[in-house]
Amino acid sequence: MRQKLPITNRRSRRGVLKTAVVLAGAAGVLRLSLRPAAATPEMLVDAIRGVVGEVPVNKGKVKLDLPPLVENGNSVPCTVSVESPMTAANYVKAIHVFNEKNPQPYVIGVKLGPRAGRAAFSTRIRLADSQTVTAIAELSDGSFWSDQIDVIVTLAACIEETH
Amino acid sequence: MARALINVPKTAKRGDVIEIKTLISHIMETGYRIGVTGQPIPRDIIDDFVCLYNGEEIFRAQLYPAIAANPYISFFTVATASGTMSFTWTDQHGKSQVQIAEITVE
Repeated sequence: MRQKLPITNRRSRRGVLKTAVVLAGAAGVLRLSLRPAAATPEMLVDAIRGVVGEVPVNKGKVKLDLPPLVENGNSVPCTVSVESPMTAANYVKAIHVFNEKNPQPYVIGVKLGPRAGRAAFSTRIRLADSQTVTAIAELSDGSFWSDQIDVIVTLAACIEETH
Repeated sequence: MARALINVPKTAKRGDVIEIKTLISHIMETGYRIGVTGQPIPRDIIDDFVCLYNGEEIFRAQLYPAIAANPYISFFTVATASGTMSFTWTDQHGKSQVQIAEITVE
């Protein structure tokens, strides 16, 4: 049956096929662009610079607590605590948490004061992928301290579709 | 707006460090998920939480889409005086919900 088709018709069929392929390709590109883009390391660096400016960030004093192996990235318990006497002269002003591979590098930013008594907080966060989570604390003397932790996520948040 | 749970000790000794736990029911839609129509589901998050102790701000948090649904936040404060603690959650549209807790300090 195919061989009986006139040449012109065959050409147009090829044309149709080509168009279909091009359209499918375009649709693929569109789909890809709709996907949430993971934050790039540059975005993370920019986000951190937005908080700390040009001040060097020291390691230590901060303790970031996350389970090393996460089964469900939609709700991950996260605790940050900072060693500090929390007196009027020496206290933690703020704590920021950043991630590497979620669509946005920010997770949470909290403001504290000497009235907190203990520089710590807990929350539950979303993780889109296995990645490194960073916590940075700003002290009243203007210094910054940080802690990092690697987390393995088996079921990612954010990217699942609703049905 | 939504159901909020707050856990503040009813009584405390002056100078004690007390833990405050808060939870509010909220979808915290990230804006990155694709719905059944193929369109991204619009973002809907609580982006600000603040706790006042007798009118003075003791804790504030800036929340982002990376906070899980039904945001849970716990933190600490020094019990200084009897009075009220107010908790305010504000969403990205500026709508807020206030919850009050009483504390007696001996």
